[in-house]
Order: sequence, then C-alpha cells, then structure tokens
Amino acid sequence: MSGSPLHTRIWREEAEPDNAFATRTARCHGYDVYGQMLGQARWADMVWLLFKGEAPTRAEATMLDTLAVALANPGPRDPMVHAAMCGGVGGSPAAASLMAALAVGAGQSGGARDVYLCLRHWAQCSDTAESTWAQALTQTGQPTWLAPDDAGWPAIEHPAGFDPHGVRTATIVQQTLATLASMSPGPRLPWMVTQREALEQAAGLPLAMTGVAAAALADLGFNAQQGEMLFLLLRLPGAAAHALEQADYGFKRFPYPQVDLLDDPLNKHQEATA
Amino acid sequence: MSGPQTLAEHAGVLRTKMGAAFPGNRAVFRGHDLHRELKDLDWLSLCAFGIFGRHVPREQIQLMSSAWVYSSYPDARLWNNRVAALAGSTRSTPNLAISAAQAISEATIFGRGNEFRALDFFLKTQQALDAGASLPDYLENFLRSGGRLAGYGRPISTSDERMPLTLGLAEKLGLTDGPYLKLAFDIDRYFESTGRPLRMNLSSLLSAFAADFGWTTREFNMQLFCAFLAGMYPCYLEAADKPPGATFPTPCVDVVYEGAPARDWPAR
Repeated sequence: MSGSPLHTRIWREEAEPDNAFATRTARCHGYDVYGQMLGQARWADMVWLLFKGEAPTRAEATMLDTLAVALANPGPRDPMVHAAMCGGVGGSPAAASLMAALAVGAGQSGGARDVYLCLRHWAQCSDTAESTWAQALTQTGQPTWLAPDDAGWPAIEHPAGFDPHGVRTATIVQQTLATLASMSPGPRLPWMVTQREALEQAAGLPLAMTGVAAAALADLGFNAQQGEMLFLLLRLPGAAAHALEQADYGFKRFPYPQVDLLDDPLNKHQEATA
Repeated sequence: MSGPQTLAEHAGVLRTKMGAAFPGNRAVFRGHDLHRELKDLDWLSLCAFGIFGRHVPREQIQLMSSAWVYSSYPDARLWNNRVAALAGSTRSTPNLAISAAQAISEATIFGRGNEFRALDFFLKTQQALDAGASLPDYLENFLRSGGRLAGYGRPISTSDERMPLTLGLAEKLGLTDGPYLKLAFDIDRYFESTGRPLRMNLSSLLSAFAADFGWTTREFNMQLFCAFLAGMYPCYLEAADKPPGATFPTPCVDVVYEGAPARDWPAR
C-alpha cells in the first residue's frame, strides 16, 4: 500500500487477481453494486445510498424520485439552462455546457445556494417550536463574520427559498408542494402546506421551488451540504437536453437581444462636438 | 423587490453601461472605445479596468501579478493543479482542465475564498479598533466565538516562502506604508506572542495590501483570478503526454475502506 492512500467509508473495490487497477467487485456502503444491486435498485436508491450510507425505504426512494422529476428541468428561461444552451449553441464540449449550468445554477437567487441557505435555516429549527419556524425561515441577515463557506458569495438580497419577483405562489410550486407533502414523513412539508400563506406574508414574498425543495430535502434527512449537491445534480438533465437541442437549432434560432448602451463614447463625442 | 415588473423592464434588451461589441465596426469597454482609447493597455491592466472601472495604479497591478508569479507552482499534487493534471490524464481538453482547476481555486482554506475572508476580516477589525477595541481582546473574542481566521496558518506548511519576495517588491514600489499592512503584522505578532500556530501567509499579506489599496472584497476576489493559473498548464501538459491514466493511478489496495461491512441488498 502507498504511504498516502485514499480513505473512504463509501466504496470498497476488490481487484482482479491479475490486475490491481481492474475491479472484480465494488461495494457501496457494503452492498455489492454489480453483483446484487444492478437490476434491482433504482437510481434513487443508489443516490440515497451514496449520500446516506443506508438503503432507503420504498417510500423514501419514491419521494426522492418525485423530487428529481420536479427539479429535472427548470426550462430554457432558467439562467442555469440558458447557460448550458450557450454551450450548445456555440459547439462547446458537453462538459462545458454542464459546467456552465452548474456555475450559474449554484447561485443564491433560485439556485443551489438558495437551497443551502434555506436548509441552514431549517437546521436552526430542528429543536425549536413550530411557532418560531417562520421567523427563522424568513431571515435575511448577514453573518457578522464570514464562515469559511460564506466567502465569495454576494450579499443576501432576499429570504432563501422565496421568489424575489413573485406576486403569488406559482402553480407548479403549489403542485410540487402538495405532491411532496403527501408523501413526506414530515414535519416540514406538511407544516408548509398549512402555514404557507402566513409564511409568505412574513417573507413578503411567495414561496419558490427552492423553498419546497429545501423542505423536502430536510424532511428526507439531508443536511445543507448534501442538499446543495443534490439540487445541483438533479437539475442537470434539463440543462443537458436543452444544450443538445440548441446545438441542433443553431445560432440563428437563439436569442441575441438588442443592446441599449448607456455609456457610449460615440454619444459623448457627438455631444462634445454639437 | 417589486414583482415581475422589474423583470419585464429588462426583458428583450440588454441595458448596459459596461459595453458592447459591434462586430466589423467597434467595441465599447466601460464607456471607452476598446480599439482606440484602450488598445495600448496591457492585458492585466485591461482586466483591472474591467473590474474597477478605473485605471488601477501600475505598481498595484505589478505587486499582485508578481505575487501570482510566486504562487504559480507547477506541482500536480496541489489540489487545483491536480484537477488540471487529471483532466490531462483522461485526455479532456485544455480549456475544460484549466476552467475546472480555476473553479477549484475558489477554496475556503486556500485561494479565492481565503483571501475574500481575510480582506473582510481586516476591514471589520479596523472598524472595531477605530471604535476603541483593543486588538488582543478583539482577536481573543473572535476566536472564542468560533471565528475561523483566514490568511494565518497554512494547510501544508507553517512558513510562506513567498512573503519576503512580496514584501521586498512592495517596499521597492513604495506600497508598505498602509495601515492595513501594519494591522496584518500586529495580528501576526500577537499570535506569535501567544504561541499559536497562526502565522501570516501570502493570502493575508495580499489581502492587507488590497485593503490599503481600497479594494472591496468582490474587486479583490475578481482581480486575483489569475493567481495560480501559470502553474496549471504544465500540470495538464505533462499528464496529457504520459500514457492515459498514468497520472495518479490508484490500485485498489491504495484505497482504505472504513465503512460498513459487506451485506446483502434488501429484497423489494
């Protein structure tokens, strides 16, 4: 063994007898992935197992699957998908489209950081009475000191998990909330269904998809770091599909909006000579 | 926030003060004709102009870019460089390799996140001192309340070989008289006197200079983007020239498994 090995609690591989770099068996948290899981386990089972170290119950896997469907495609208007399409339209490598989607979809306005902050708020609620949850969830305060994982992020502009430009809760958000709440072990999603209007009043904004996703992830027992990763991951399918579609459409069928240049040296020159 | 009206006002048009390209004719860069007024700027000065919206003094750019020279180690074991090398090993493209390695450089214990917090810390600390706090009390209170100090201490080494070079150049350029540089050293001396392994490293030194230059955390974060870049290219190239997979190959035995024992997948 090398003096500087990798360490993992997730994955154990046994080598083929004639090749130390080829895998004979691979176990994920003890389960034989290719010998037993393959053909029996769903994708959601595998994702759950990787993150949590235990096989999910059928109900847990179904709820994660449902969340994955809800998040799979935010649609081409979403900045994350739009970013991936910028890769598709110009013929960038596939990975570049997904990297663009991840970078844009990481943000704290409608992106994974929004979910992360929301899950941090939910963590604050873990030992508190339900009557205090709305206050915790609608906070927007900046930390006095930047924690290591706060560095680089812009100032928080709105409570995490709410739509900064919304008028009322979008129908698809309500549908997602109702469906996930009906299969949730609780307590957050069922509470959110009954308290949504009061919560939105406290925030001054309607609930966003990120807020529902964060409550679902919290009810499923994922922490903020896990939830952020999963949210990034689960929204990639739509980004990938739209990037490929845009590559087919070509640049002539991709928006290139007009520009209104507010600081044009040509105007300054004309004003000076007028 | 003002509802969808805000979005509607911005739909279908890019309203900008930053610039635009008029292909075949001209390009405007922050209110200036790029090919007439800015064409003689060197690349780093143009980057700085893009970030700050003003011409940054040459000696400030020189100090920072020299620090990047001192920080560009073509050592593929370093985590960000390792990503570039692994991409070379799997025969990914140079651009993907360098972009990913640059993204990794926004770390919390080194690189962009570290400098960002160090500058934020200096700015807030100076405010507290100006309001009458004593530095020892302030630092102890910060650490007691769970604060994690950026720019002091180093994950791999306790000393920083880049410090004397950077300080020497700063002196030559006349940049060592600022209050934040003094504060950074006051903090270093305090930790030394208490025997803590929190000695100043290049991140805090550069952050102190950035504070003395009047840069915001965002401006500093963007201006430092190039810091490790030069060292990444050789890491990619060498890995790409070795046999595929031959950079950091890991035999099964070199993975220490510390998880659950073998068990059967539950039947459904």
